[in-house]
Amino acid sequence: MNPIESVVTQIQGLSSSATDVSVLNTYLKQAEESLYTESTRLLPFLDHLDPSIHSLGYLYILDACTSGPISKEQAKTLVLIFARFITSCVADQIRLASDKFISVCKRFKDQVMLLEAPMQGVAPMLSAVRKLQSSSAHLTALHPDFLQLCLLSKCYRTGFSVLEEDIFEVDQPRDLFLYCYYGGMVCIGQKRFQKALELLHNVVTAPMSSINAIAVEAYKKYILVSLIHRGQFSANLPKYASSAAQRNLRNFCQPYIELVNSYTTGKIAELETYVQTNREMFGSDNNLGLVKQVVSSMYKRNIQILTQTYLTLSLQDIANTVQLNSSKEAEMHVLQMIQDGEIYATINQRDGMVRFLEDTEQYKTCEMIENIDSSIQRIMELSKKLTTIDEQMSCDPLYLAKAGRERQRFDFDDFDTAPQKFNI
Amino acid sequence: MEADDEIYANGGDGPSRNRPIISGEQLDIEAYAGLYTGRTKITRLLFISDHCDNPQMQLEALRMAYDEIKKGENTQLFREVVQKIDGRLGPNYGMDSAWCETVDRRAEQRKERLENELNAYRTNLIKESIRMGYNDFGDFYYAHGALGDAFKSYVRTRDYCTTSKHIIHMCMSAILVSIEMGQFTHVTSYVSKAEQTPEALDPTTIAKLRCAAGLAHLEAKKYKLAARKFLEVTPELGNSYTEVIAPQDVATYGGLCALASFERTELKNKVIDNLNFRNFLELVPEVRELIHDFYSSHYASCLDYLGNLKANLLLDVHLHDHVETLYDQIRNKALIQYTHPFVSVDLNMMANAFKTSVAGLEKELEALITDNQIQARIDSHNKILYARHADQRNATFQRVLQTGSEFDRDVRAMLLRANLIKHEYNLRASRKL
Repeated sequence: MNPIESVVTQIQGLSSSATDVSVLNTYLKQAEESLYTESTRLLPFLDHLDPSIHSLGYLYILDACTSGPISKEQAKTLVLIFARFITSCVADQIRLASDKFISVCKRFKDQVMLLEAPMQGVAPMLSAVRKLQSSSAHLTALHPDFLQLCLLSKCYRTGFSVLEEDIFEVDQPRDLFLYCYYGGMVCIGQKRFQKALELLHNVVTAPMSSINAIAVEAYKKYILVSLIHRGQFSANLPKYASSAAQRNLRNFCQPYIELVNSYTTGKIAELETYVQTNREMFGSDNNLGLVKQVVSSMYKRNIQILTQTYLTLSLQDIANTVQLNSSKEAEMHVLQMIQDGEIYATINQRDGMVRFLEDTEQYKTCEMIENIDSSIQRIMELSKKLTTIDEQMSCDPLYLAKAGRERQRFDFDDFDTAPQKFNI
Repeated sequence: MEADDEIYANGGDGPSRNRPIISGEQLDIEAYAGLYTGRTKITRLLFISDHCDNPQMQLEALRMAYDEIKKGENTQLFREVVQKIDGRLGPNYGMDSAWCETVDRRAEQRKERLENELNAYRTNLIKESIRMGYNDFGDFYYAHGALGDAFKSYVRTRDYCTTSKHIIHMCMSAILVSIEMGQFTHVTSYVSKAEQTPEALDPTTIAKLRCAAGLAHLEAKKYKLAARKFLEVTPELGNSYTEVIAPQDVATYGGLCALASFERTELKNKVIDNLNFRNFLELVPEVRELIHDFYSSHYASCLDYLGNLKANLLLDVHLHDHVETLYDQIRNKALIQYTHPFVSVDLNMMANAFKTSVAGLEKELEALITDNQIQARIDSHNKILYARHADQRNATFQRVLQTGSEFDRDVRAMLLRANLIKHEYNLRASRKL
């Protein structure tokens, strides 16, 4: 019998129970070599297998037959096979060979990109991510690829659904960097600036021994988003950021730091000329869109400052102080901001006056109480998690070994059983 | 002293008090110069001639400086002044090379003599004489305008001081020279050194030290500290420190710094009810009046006085750099105080009180509100300023929610970082194995 055929029969026979599948896994590992040598003739055999039943075997064969170079014509048919497999395979089976699954999915992503149809990849990649995850807090190697496809196909909403889950377990730092960077961009696309800031902040402050390109790009976006969302930016990184980041990031992003400086002067004209003169540089960084948002956010910021100082103000005065061209334009800005809930105000069109109101939220409604309650629950859960991790850490042999080594010699005082305060 | 009162007497007492004071009214240079002695007189005159755009005053100041220098021995300064006069004051105020030469020759001889004396003292190791020798050197350099050398000589006497009186003498000389040099950090350190030897301090010296400390703080832009120092100056000062400061200056510097930096209660307790300081204020009625106007909320008249004083204050060697800042701070203080007691303020009336336009006032208030110095909002339509009382309950809710979400965010980020560090550590450990 043809060796491939025997492999296929083995797969067909050993795919029902969990024990069978693990036997199959060891068998397939041994047969891997021969599969690779036959890689060109494997494709027809896939028809004999059902991806929803023979997932593991299907995975091995698919991996083997796509290991060589693939032309664009082949890619078209392969993409369909990939997609069908990823969506219908059984999670338990493919997790036995997660490395294979990851490389198959990455190959799938490459094919989709080759065909310039990233949209086709979004849904299969999402289910791939879900199948590979051991829990929702687990960051898989596929997360960044999935988010990249979302970005390319502008499916921000789908991407955002993944970002809403908090990630705690990370396999590879690089995955986290990319995940947070792409995730930040997805959130920017969804205008969820708070979340975007959080993700980009994670990249910038992540422990790193040397500076990397992802962190530099993330820092640029972090500066811009911080200006858009908060209207300010402090160039000092928090203490916990790595020293590599503290020392070098600013130097890589000098034009952006200068943008911050000209933003903080509060003068629109100055900011606009600065942006104009550095237009090409921002464009080559693919940040021109964000920079434009920074400029328009300045109008908002200035109007918001006015709400704190004025009770009523004519549209003309607003236009003058915020440096808009006409009262009509000022009206549009104010209207937009009222709609977005950024300010509380009413416009009196007859007199051309705007009346600024206080925040109407009284913190008395049921929804607010529920909101607060859910916040409390969330934080309680979080602090529970913190305690468990602390406990784990204090029992971790690796950590204890390191801590012990650092404290070279034990002082005699350490063995002193009497409490300190009794030592007079 | 009668003449002294004239200096700032552009408002005067009695019926002329409410007469509008012409801001350009000239400083009576002669009376002003009469307040000072020694080098500061010359410095101040030269400062006026440099910073005044009235040629008549300039020449007047230069003429007096010329006369004053002629009394001393500073030929370097003499040449500079002659150059500045540039023959504009006629042949009597030209270059006097004969004088210069004799002075220089005499200085040369004297220096030689002093050196010989000092060497003799040093070989004999008589402490007191060495101290005197250095001190003479200091005096000699000071008279000839070599301030750096003078300072060094004075400081050198320190090693040979045997009594606390000597230490005080050394400190005072060092302070004098440092003020002339504009080295106010030295001033501060020597003031504190002098204050550490309290047994030899008489009231006049204490007053002098306070003045010097005040000047140092003023130069360092620490107006509140400067005000406190000037306010502590006792009337014993009199005219004893005219080589540095006149009692009128104590009143002006102290008064303005206090206005700019003190709270209302402190102003009342430390300035208005301060008997010592009142004596000084009597010398400069304008400053007294403007402080009282400020305290009794007559801002228009207070600002009027300030406006009139400004031109002359700008000609003061020490205050010159600080006039604008002090004035801004006083004005802001006045605006804040004006709005403080009211729930609503009519901007028209307020603008009247501050002698400004409503639009200008709005801008000033806007800046103060943005700076969170005034808690109020402007009704620009009806031109009314409403005080704003923050809703504690809502603010608390807001803050709690914000803190909560910040904590949430920080903890999650921290866990993530901890995880990465752990990963990295594991990686390194496994690589080692």
